[in-house]
Amino acid sequence: MYEKIWEAHLVHEAPGQPALIYIDRHFIHEGTSPQAFAGLKAESRKVRRPELTFAVMDHSVPTKGRELPILDKDAALQFEALARNCRETGVRLFDMHSLNQGIVHIIGPELGITQPGHTIVCGDSHTSTHGAFGTLAFGIGTSEVEHVLATQCLSQFRSKTMQIVVDGKRPRGVTAKDIILAIIGKIGIGGGIGHIFEYTGEAIRALSMEGRMTICNMSIEGGARAGMIAPDETTFAYLEGRPFVPRGQGFQAAVERWKTIASDPDAKFDARLEVKAADIAPQVTWGTNPGMVTSVTGRVPDPGSFSDSDQQKAAARALEYMGLKAGTRLVDIPLDRVFIGSCTNSRLEDLRAAARVVAGKKVARTLKGALVVPGSRVVKAQAEKEGLDKVFREAGFDWRDAGCSMCIGMNPDVLPSGERCASTSNRNFEGRQGKGGRTHLVSPIMAAAAAIAGHFVDIREWDVDLEA
Amino acid sequence: MQPFSTHAGLVAPLDRVNVDTDQMIPKQFCKLLTREGYGRLLFFDWRYLDGEKPNPEFVLNWPRYQGASVLLGRANFGCGSSREHAPWGVLDYGFRVVIAPSFADIFYNNCFKNGILPVTLPDAQVEELFRRTEQHIGYRLAADLPNQTITDDFALKLTFEIDPFRKQILLKGLDDIGMTLEHKAEIAAFEKRYQPTATMYDPVDVIISEPSK
Ligand code: SF4
Repeated sequence: MYEKIWEAHLVHEAPGQPALIYIDRHFIHEGTSPQAFAGLKAESRKVRRPELTFAVMDHSVPTKGRELPILDKDAALQFEALARNCRETGVRLFDMHSLNQGIVHIIGPELGITQPGHTIVCGDSHTSTHGAFGTLAFGIGTSEVEHVLATQCLSQFRSKTMQIVVDGKRPRGVTAKDIILAIIGKIGIGGGIGHIFEYTGEAIRALSMEGRMTICNMSIEGGARAGMIAPDETTFAYLEGRPFVPRGQGFQAAVERWKTIASDPDAKFDARLEVKAADIAPQVTWGTNPGMVTSVTGRVPDPGSFSDSDQQKAAARALEYMGLKAGTRLVDIPLDRVFIGSCTNSRLEDLRAAARVVAGKKVARTLKGALVVPGSRVVKAQAEKEGLDKVFREAGFDWRDAGCSMCIGMNPDVLPSGERCASTSNRNFEGRQGKGGRTHLVSPIMAAAAAIAGHFVDIREWDVDLEA
Repeated sequence: MQPFSTHAGLVAPLDRVNVDTDQMIPKQFCKLLTREGYGRLLFFDWRYLDGEKPNPEFVLNWPRYQGASVLLGRANFGCGSSREHAPWGVLDYGFRVVIAPSFADIFYNNCFKNGILPVTLPDAQVEELFRRTEQHIGYRLAADLPNQTITDDFALKLTFEIDPFRKQILLKGLDDIGMTLEHKAEIAAFEKRYQPTATMYDPVDVIISEPSK
């Protein structure tokens, strides 16, 4: 699949040089684009194809009181810069008041801008999300953003490929998030360096588009540049009728084209990993990178149990930062906050599942706060139509407007130092959610249950309807 | 971009695996609009105590490593966020060379856009460099890109691999947008054949509804 998409976009290739590949869709946000536009201006270069770039404000937007002036001066300047750059160059912008605003990796698919077979880039590492549609999608640096704006191309070396087969049926209470965390736990966060992952197998095929996006989203956390899943009926059904997707006969023709993208049965991969879905339990990270993860039934590991000294040191340091003692059962770890959101897990399916867990219950009194931040305003509106906001509010959650929020804490939603948070996001690096903040990555239903209990629980033991 | 040919300088060791770009430049500083001035912010949360007081425990603050321009790291250096603020910070702090057993893809790429030489060496050699850095105060390394070698003052000589094209980029300090624009005709021909579009069939900024289950 990777090779097919690559070949279809090849503009120029010469031995010993990176190839020039054409980019179908370019997403930008306020954080990594201002210097790129400034660079263009300095060289008096133009945006080659403004209609193929889409801009959104997501990283630093406030999730409440958005109609008020932005108090963070630096953020306000970034918003202004993005709006001005888009105005001057003709790039379509979903600003923070747009009804379609949301996290860049949520709104691309939601609007049907992301389509199978595309090459997609964005100055953001979680661009890998879009691979769920059978696209080649990866994060780039600001210099490359400038390059794409100027040329609509990118110079790239070919990557290696790794096939990841997730066989069998996913047990109850085990979500796409648990599958990808378990995979990263296995290969480590550098395990995929230089590779593009292609996920396949019964458990992947059975996932909704939402679940597939969760998987591809975290490919980067396994060190891979991109993750991809072959498009199938689930993909086509998801796309039909979205604003940027062709209609009627045009749609049929597109589907026929999309069907040819999947890897051939005899496709070769540079590496292969097999995982059995049945062996996976709900996952909880205990350390300061997504590979430091274990089953909810497990305990915080002893740094001495790791084989090499680098890992031992890293684990010891992680435990110190996380304020955890080796041997503690994960279900005994008390929490200060819960965050349900981010481009990994803030789509409608995630919110519905979390709402089913909290319905009729109350957030533990020991918690200092529990936050639900929908991934986009479309998700928010639909959730409100279904009454999910009420379910969350009545349980004691804060219900917010769309954005990256506490996934990265660039807006006012910051995790205070020393506090411990169960989060549905994708990174638990030191200080990720706020300096000194301690993050544990989990699935939405695990986060929801943890909010009610005040500590981690094994969601499989709860008598709630987990799969609607 | 500043070309890179050879560089010799004091080595600073950062003895941690998986150093991520969130640590290099924490997100609160990703709101600036320029490419300059990130050196002061490099490794901010590790480097400073409250009130931007240098944290004496952080290795870059040790007197013996002041003025370092070669950074010695561990595996998967530069993982995490794609932010180019990270290499901007590394460069602005004064580092021209980063040596590690492995680099995360995006960070590695970004180095070449900014005139930083990332050197990948086998684990055992990196280990030896850490040992020597610790052992000798004022330990220096010289990187020679044309000959692809790393040498010290104690007769150590290591060779490293680097893609020949990327080597040229660094040696000449090439602007890769300019290089791509030399293929303008090919890009136009591709567009003619491929007809890229992003047609909107439905007005946006109208709430589209999600199918309910
Ligand atoms: S939600 Fe988090 S991971 Fe996703 S784009 Fe925003 S900051 Fe990045």
